[in-house]
Amino acid sequence: MSKSDPNAPKRLALIASKGTLDWAYPPFILATAAGAMGWEVGVFFTFYGLTLLKPDLSASVSPLGNPAMPMKMPFGPEGFQNIAWPMPNLLMANVPGFEALATTLMKQTFKNKGVASIEELRDMAVELDVRMIGCQMTMDVFGFKREDFIKECEIGGAATFLEYAADADVQLFI
Amino acid sequence: MTDVIKEDQVLDCSGMLCPMPVVKASKAMKEMQAGQILKMIATDPGAPPDMEAWSRQTGNELLRSMTENGKFIFYLKKK
Repeated sequence: MSKSDPNAPKRLALIASKGTLDWAYPPFILATAAGAMGWEVGVFFTFYGLTLLKPDLSASVSPLGNPAMPMKMPFGPEGFQNIAWPMPNLLMANVPGFEALATTLMKQTFKNKGVASIEELRDMAVELDVRMIGCQMTMDVFGFKREDFIKECEIGGAATFLEYAADADVQLFI
Repeated sequence: MTDVIKEDQVLDCSGMLCPMPVVKASKAMKEMQAGQILKMIATDPGAPPDMEAWSRQTGNELLRSMTENGKFIFYLKKK
């Protein structure tokens, strides 16, 4: 009960509702940063966000439907790397393997720039005692079992998250 | 010439981007004793405002923040 105790640490409550590589970053970055500041952190993984609790992360990113996403090359001279390549929707929707290519390029660009991988950030979140709650309803809908997710997470529903979020200083839906 | 601060430990976060410098600094500080000083080096331009915020939130004092040869240097005292 963070509000009733004035000496309790600050609390962050996040909802992670998306499972693509680009959307996986914000909850894990905020969770680890808050944990590093001594805050209590809880993340509710629901809908597509639930897949971020699988042991093997296979998050990918699609430029299709992400019109503002800059397409950058992770190799070559700096000027070349800084070019944002125009990607017409027709190309993204019709070329097989385009999503895999875009995912590889984004992962490599992030690595080159010194951004931690989602796996590393999740490991740190575990180390920082971030409370990770997988959504029971999403499990039922998509046919997941408890064993499909990392052992460090717990399973709960909306009420579990809301009770935790009620005493949070910061709540965000991602 | 400002006073020389004698650090107890050095942490190099060069090349790392947000949130790694904050996370690594916090991890290193956990292993240290109260009153000890951590010298942290970073290249992320977001590190100066982030380390100030981290210091305010955790109560670990940011004794000095400076730039040296394009790198950001922080002296943090464990509370």
